[in-house]
Amino acid sequence: MAKKLESTFTNMVIVLTVVSLIAAYSLASVFNMTKGPIEQAAVKKKLKAIADVAPAFDNDPNAEMFKLPAFEPTAEDSLEVYPAKKNGELVGYAVKTYTMKGFSGLIEVMVGFEKDGTIKNYSVLKHSETPGLGSKIPIWFNNEEKPNQCINGKNPKNTKMQVSKDGGDIDAITAATISSRAFLDAINRGYKTLEEGGKYE
Amino acid sequence: MNNWQNLTKGFIKESPVFVLLLGMCPTLGTTTSAINGMGMGLATAFVLVMSNMAISAVKNIIPDKVRIPAFIVIIASFVTIVDLLMAGYLPALHEQLGLFIPLIVVNCIVLGRAESFASKNGVFASMIDGLGMGLGFTFALVILGSTREILGSGAIFGYKFIGDNDGMLIFILAPGAFIALGYIIAIINKLKKA
Repeated sequence: MAKKLESTFTNMVIVLTVVSLIAAYSLASVFNMTKGPIEQAAVKKKLKAIADVAPAFDNDPNAEMFKLPAFEPTAEDSLEVYPAKKNGELVGYAVKTYTMKGFSGLIEVMVGFEKDGTIKNYSVLKHSETPGLGSKIPIWFNNEEKPNQCINGKNPKNTKMQVSKDGGDIDAITAATISSRAFLDAINRGYKTLEEGGKYE
Repeated sequence: MNNWQNLTKGFIKESPVFVLLLGMCPTLGTTTSAINGMGMGLATAFVLVMSNMAISAVKNIIPDKVRIPAFIVIIASFVTIVDLLMAGYLPALHEQLGLFIPLIVVNCIVLGRAESFASKNGVFASMIDGLGMGLGFTFALVILGSTREILGSGAIFGYKFIGDNDGMLIFILAPGAFIALGYIIAIINKLKKA
């Protein structure tokens, strides 16, 4: 076994510098290598979310994305709106909306509206709610077998988009009222943003 | 100690979670389901193997007084590489575990093995040690994750077996992690004495 390098000042400086340089170089190359796939994965995920929530379309919503000033913003000032068109005619929108009121802060939701404002479907993009409780938001509010908790097919114009505990029309997730309130806050923000932008017919 | 012992000691005899009680933070945090535990365990195992090999390869050119910072730089690099690779090629798993991957850096097991094994042994033995410890960690996380998933949501690896029943929610939450871990450690201790 070779003798260990002495702990002299020059040795320590040189070794730490070299170790850091090698680490920096390998990190930079891995970063460059994975940059493409990471971006592709993000776009793919977004497109899938739009396809899941918006009425059937044949355009490229990602290319026609525009921004609208958010309704009562708490973090982002504007929301991304993806128009869904079929044969060149507008059929609805997918809106990337958010709320900061989640039990663990930010919840991002892609929500799809018909052109009269009826909710088509939604898809939760990002959340860090409690597993087993608030984490049920992706499957709770689109369970069409339970109309009291399902928001699909409802129009916020004639539905009170609040949990029933607050006098609204939607049943909250059992033991996760805060997450449910936050979720509906995000949906409302998406709806009102389009409304203020004058996008409904 | 031969290689076979190095490989198997991580499962029960020197199980990082149940016996050495190292790396408790990711253990308690990620084991809400068996699959999450397994993903976290395998990511940690990968980092353990790679960092153990790298550290044992360079151990002689690292002066003693700066070995800890040098080890940490090496470990952190591997963790970031795992993070980037997962984000690029396994986006679904990365979404589940994303939050916990950077925590592998501060997992005591990784630095612990570097310090107590890799800095004194050869490359091959260190690789075996990292693999054994990593798989032992995975094994422990899967056991804990399964226990919590079975009790908490009535499912195993995502397959529900008790209908719509929500199970005992406490086991999904943080307190359940401590309770389940306590009982498992008690059982392991009993088994070891017997």
